[in-house]
Amino acid sequence: MTITEKILAAHAGLDRVEPGQIVSVKVDVALGNDITAPIAIREFRRIGAERVFDRSRVVLVPDHFAPNKDIASAEQCKVLREFAREQDLDHYFETGEMGVEHALLPEQGIVVPGDVVIGADSHTCTYGALGAFSTGVGSTDLAAAMVTGEAWFKVPESIKFVYRGELPPWVEGKDLILYTIGLIGVDGALYRAMEFTGPVIERLGMDDRLTMANMAIEAGGKNGIIAPDATTRAYVEGRAKRPPVYYRSDPDARYAEVIEIDVGRIRPQVAFPHLPSNTRAIDDVGEVPIDQVVIGSCTNGRIEDLRRAARVLREQRVAKYVRCIVIPATQEIYRQAMREGLLEVFLDAGCAVSTPTCGPCLGGHMGILAKGERAVATTNRNFVGRMGHPESEVYLASPSVAAASAVKGRIASPEEVVA
Amino acid sequence: MKFRGRVWKFGPDIDTDRIIPARYLNTSDPAELAKHCMEDADPEFVAKMRPGDIILADKNFGCGSSREHAPIAIKAAGVSCVIARSFARIFYRNAFNMGLPIFECPEAFDGIEEGDEVEVDAGTGRIRNLTRGTEFRAAPIPPFMQELIADGGLMAHIAKRAGKG
Ligand code: SF4
Repeated sequence: MTITEKILAAHAGLDRVEPGQIVSVKVDVALGNDITAPIAIREFRRIGAERVFDRSRVVLVPDHFAPNKDIASAEQCKVLREFAREQDLDHYFETGEMGVEHALLPEQGIVVPGDVVIGADSHTCTYGALGAFSTGVGSTDLAAAMVTGEAWFKVPESIKFVYRGELPPWVEGKDLILYTIGLIGVDGALYRAMEFTGPVIERLGMDDRLTMANMAIEAGGKNGIIAPDATTRAYVEGRAKRPPVYYRSDPDARYAEVIEIDVGRIRPQVAFPHLPSNTRAIDDVGEVPIDQVVIGSCTNGRIEDLRRAARVLREQRVAKYVRCIVIPATQEIYRQAMREGLLEVFLDAGCAVSTPTCGPCLGGHMGILAKGERAVATTNRNFVGRMGHPESEVYLASPSVAAASAVKGRIASPEEVVA
Repeated sequence: MKFRGRVWKFGPDIDTDRIIPARYLNTSDPAELAKHCMEDADPEFVAKMRPGDIILADKNFGCGSSREHAPIAIKAAGVSCVIARSFARIFYRNAFNMGLPIFECPEAFDGIEEGDEVEVDAGTGRIRNLTRGTEFRAAPIPPFMQELIADGGLMAHIAKRAGKG
């Protein structure tokens, strides 16, 4: 069996599962945010449920429009707060402790390897980087799991991606996943598990792995997953709130497809509007002037991302008439960036540094685009209107490319800025 | 159950941000969401459509976020059902969980034009183009999902199991 099949089988109480089989599985963590949880809570109440199945496993993070951006958002966050208080949830994160959910849960050891996690947020697939089965669902699925502690799934077929070769300079986890999505398309992994393997992945740090698993949904994937190894163990140690279980795929596991990728010739990638699959190598971008840069989100708001951005922005200035907004994804990342002097680098360069929030990533607040404006963002979606006006444009890239673009005022390679 | 209405056609990869832009997600009120249904795909959609009309889309309809606001907006706007070459998985799940009828049919997209009058039989998956006198078949709905629909959606299904419905 594949790692995905093994985790699902274990949580369904079965010895084996086959792709296509519909199983009901025990859920280790069920997550909601300020956009999706209010609907789930309404459904929870509508059927007369009184208690959540386990107060330590239902997690609520108001991160999208928080700190509350307007009255309506304040009302939504209030719904979460009151429910958390009523149910006495262990994991509710108030503004001041709150971070972008998919950066926060692994960091806080709330999700661990071997888990089944559902979240009413499509980027719940992020935790696959730890070797968990983790996937996004809607609010009704969340409501059902809050009541029963279970969710139903069709066991997905898996696609195995094997990354080989030497990573060229300035090529990061973000470039690998953008390149992969460019290769297979936004529905290239529809309904399937994306298993990321190979020597390149084994050498990749945890932050890059989280970036890759995060964007599995952008290829239509049900989950992205990476077998746990020494890097995973080192990351999990000292954080895990529950004992992890380490699964790997069997040597004779069956895959719907195996895709080999030689990373040696990959260049930094940029996804043009309006699909994450619309990728180009940085060398083929041409002259694209920009108005805004956003460095943050559940894709690239972690400490390694901020280090990379700071490496490019050190002793540089953000170009005139360009806004560069840096958003550490959690309070811990924020604090670490402060300790390392990264915040100073950003401030010296003329960046705005924000408290953790999803903010501009989904066009919520903290950096909305006007008509005709262009942004380079380290986020994960460049759909029409994603960051503001329907006639604005979002280009997706790594933190290094985003930082270089901020300096140049156009989409630029870090090679142009750092000698 | 049968649905009958005029067809509105949309291209491939219609994401949830086009179905209901995030700028309207500070509410989950169906009537509010309905006003902005499909706004960033076709700003005139809500003004043009009539209750019962049908959305017909190319591949990967509903890709992107997990927001249930998307099927809620479509349902509340009065769209009777959605037919697509394929659906993104979270949208597919959400639609069943909350009772928006959807039909996966690879052929219908090429055989139906915008404005055609179409009738869909939910039981058999038969799609009839009344304007052109042609017929298509949607993929059958898996038994487990039929059970969900029969119970009136996922929450009703659970309430029934818990003896609360
Ligand atoms: S940072 Fe962006 S993609 Fe990630 S959870 Fe927030 S809104 Fe969604």
